[in-house]
Amino acid sequence: MADPLSKMFGALSDPIRRDMVARLTEADATVGQLAASYDVSLQAVSKHLKVLEDAGLVTRSREAQKRPVHLQAEVFDLMTKWIERYRRQAERRYQRLDAVLDELTDRPQRKGEAS
Amino acid sequence: MNTGYAEARIEAAQDVPVIRITRDFHATPAQLIKAHTDPELFARWVGPDGMRTRILEWDARNGGAWRYVAARDGEEFAFRGCFHTVADVRIVQTFTYEGMPDDVALETLRFEDLGDGRTRLHAQSLVDSFEARDAWLASGMETGVNEGYGKLDALAASGEL
Repeated sequence: MADPLSKMFGALSDPIRRDMVARLTEADATVGQLAASYDVSLQAVSKHLKVLEDAGLVTRSREAQKRPVHLQAEVFDLMTKWIERYRRQAERRYQRLDAVLDELTDRPQRKGEAS
Repeated sequence: MNTGYAEARIEAAQDVPVIRITRDFHATPAQLIKAHTDPELFARWVGPDGMRTRILEWDARNGGAWRYVAARDGEEFAFRGCFHTVADVRIVQTFTYEGMPDDVALETLRFEDLGDGRTRLHAQSLVDSFEARDAWLASGMETGVNEGYGKLDALAASGEL
């Protein structure tokens, strides 16, 4: 689980952290604003944020006094690409299955395909 | 051509540690069941590309067991599980990569008859935890041979995603 992607997926394996991320897709929020939504301590929320931050999913402004939490949207684009790669492996497998199905004699002919 | 799910679509559920794949085929549900339960046919497509699948055990009945090895360049990855249910439009089975023997996925395949000799496959894989699920998905990016790769192969070779 040491590689960056596993760290990201690992960070998202917790329901509260997933919910925080969902909230941050709408707008930046302070720790206090995030904590108000959950029945956990401010300290616990900070801990969750630390995990998200370590995974590179969110950043916290160093300048502003309240240090709002910001979602790193481009990271999710990367994750989407990785899932796409997985999807393509499934698709290739099913294309092999198509070829096998083509040989089952009682199979209906596919339009526009050599029999 | 297909409409809808001509290409495999994948969804990682938010609320449960599940991966869902949907895909349309130009075949009847019976033909798809056959391609999933006939060991010779299954070995030909389960893949992944470049791997040879050798079926060691195969009893495609309710409660029957299966086991196969996928081999490439002298390396072997073994998988095993049980057919829980083999029905007309549904297969339920367990799936384990023997390199991680404590992890068991529950796989449900539903074959939806679309008419005109077309069928939509709804494949669902329920794993032990979000971490296991996401590590599985994440391992798709690995290129070397390592534990992650084994997990990837477990998934890619299963044919029951």
